[in-house]
Amino acid sequence: MSDYVLEAQGLSKGFRGFMAVQGVDLNVENGSIHALIGPNGAGKTTCFNLLTKFLQPSAGRIAFEGQDITQLSPAGVARRGMVRSFQISAVFGHMTALENVRIALARARGGNFDFWRGERVLIRFNDRALALLDDVGLSDSAGVPAVALSYGRKRALEIATTLALEPRLMLLDEPTAGMTEADVGRIVALIRKIRAGRTILMVEHNLSVVSGLSDRITVLARGRVLAEGDYASVSANEAVVTAYLGTDHQDV
Amino acid sequence: MLGFTRAQSAGFVLMVAILLAAPFVAYPIFLMQVMCYALFAMGANLLMGYIGLLSLGQAAFFGMGGYVGGYAVQSLHLTPELGVVLGGLTGAAIGVVFGWLAIRRQTIYFAMITLALAQFVNFFAVQDTGFTGGENGMQNIPRGKLFGMVALGPDLHLYAFTLVIFLAGFLFAHRVIHSPFGQVVKAIRENESRAISLGYKVDQYKWIIFIIAAFLAGIAGALNALVTKIVTLTDVGNVTSAIVVLMVLVGGIGTVFGPLIGAAIVIAMQYYLASFSDWVTVIQGVIFIACVLLFRRGVVGEFAAKLKLSL
Repeated sequence: MSDYVLEAQGLSKGFRGFMAVQGVDLNVENGSIHALIGPNGAGKTTCFNLLTKFLQPSAGRIAFEGQDITQLSPAGVARRGMVRSFQISAVFGHMTALENVRIALARARGGNFDFWRGERVLIRFNDRALALLDDVGLSDSAGVPAVALSYGRKRALEIATTLALEPRLMLLDEPTAGMTEADVGRIVALIRKIRAGRTILMVEHNLSVVSGLSDRITVLARGRVLAEGDYASVSANEAVVTAYLGTDHQDV
Repeated sequence: MLGFTRAQSAGFVLMVAILLAAPFVAYPIFLMQVMCYALFAMGANLLMGYIGLLSLGQAAFFGMGGYVGGYAVQSLHLTPELGVVLGGLTGAAIGVVFGWLAIRRQTIYFAMITLALAQFVNFFAVQDTGFTGGENGMQNIPRGKLFGMVALGPDLHLYAFTLVIFLAGFLFAHRVIHSPFGQVVKAIRENESRAISLGYKVDQYKWIIFIIAAFLAGIAGALNALVTKIVTLTDVGNVTSAIVVLMVLVGGIGTVFGPLIGAAIVIAMQYYLASFSDWVTVIQGVIFIACVLLFRRGVVGEFAAKLKLSL
């Protein structure tokens, strides 16, 4: 078996003639944190949607743990152990934090079509759900509806929900977007904490987050891969500096 | 009890008490029709209020449930409880097919597919094949004997039968909402993409809810056939599909008691404003608009919000 948990070759997606993503090759190494960066409109989120099958690629091939998943449904991809988050915080608003995590736990254990049974059967997931909430620092908010949580806490809840599926590959779409400094620090610490034994692919705008966290960086621009490498080599690449930061940028 | 909140338990006890006393003060046929349509609306409420799908073709299940239930007791001489069961199974069977087609699309496209499919059923019913009776409808449906023993001819007997089925349907719908399945349904309504990303095959959940709604509509249609002794093209028509949406909205979408209250209000208008003849539909239209513009949560929803309760 290869060292890559996720391998994509020649990934392309066109929307009515506009190529949002064009011939992207991406290999995510087992156990690494891999960041996908690039200016707005570079195709980062489209790439995410293609990899997780929320969009069907126009061309290309995706393999997860050595198996071709190009034709799988998005739910099927998730069931294989590749679970994504969303750019806009995705929680179940009118359900409590505990219920949010429980929904994910219940999916992995089955029995979800039982419409004749009481909700009580879900209580057996409470201990595990509370432990996960504790991991992300939300143990005091278990009974709070997700909609009432602050933005930073919603993102933490989202990560707890994702972790509940024990994913082998987590895809985080801009986990720190729109956050205050303090919240960013908290999420970065959280990602560091949860990375043990996991592989993470993340889209990120915040360069300080990328530099501190990621083992490998792929830079996208106009739907193509512009550069790939560790932070030092990528940030020294002139094409990257020009495309990503603009020509007059000084403090990379 | 049964996953009811305290307010809902109190509401349930009050509802049962009122329904037990009501036939002695109000017209039993009216009350039975309210319960039939409440069952019908409970199914529509599962779709609209709990998984967020608007169907404009629910009358197909209600009407066909009525035809098959009526045929079973009239021509096959089956007992009324079997007629009701067959009506429910008919609704569910059509729901399996229609749901399979409709859930592939969302929002307005979903609504349009349900409307189009219901037109097929309507077309079938208009043909005077000797089964539906075409324009004449199915008439003089006997009420028969419950389990072949208790005659349902007297209104109070049929009332008791209707009440039992209504309460069973009510508890069933409530159980569905408060089941592990119901939790997933709620999650899908809250954030469908996220539910998919957690590995849930949301189409299957939508399909099951659709079939359950069709089953309840079929039961309601067959029961309504016994109550009114007739099944007409109206029962399978678009107006009936619209009426049930109206009931859910007026009563309170996504509430436990909304369908019953909505059915009571709309049926009461049809009964007690009958002297206005055609103006009833105009009055209904005005109420519909007022509901959407002024109190979108419906009667029960607004009431519950005022009291900060879940009803």
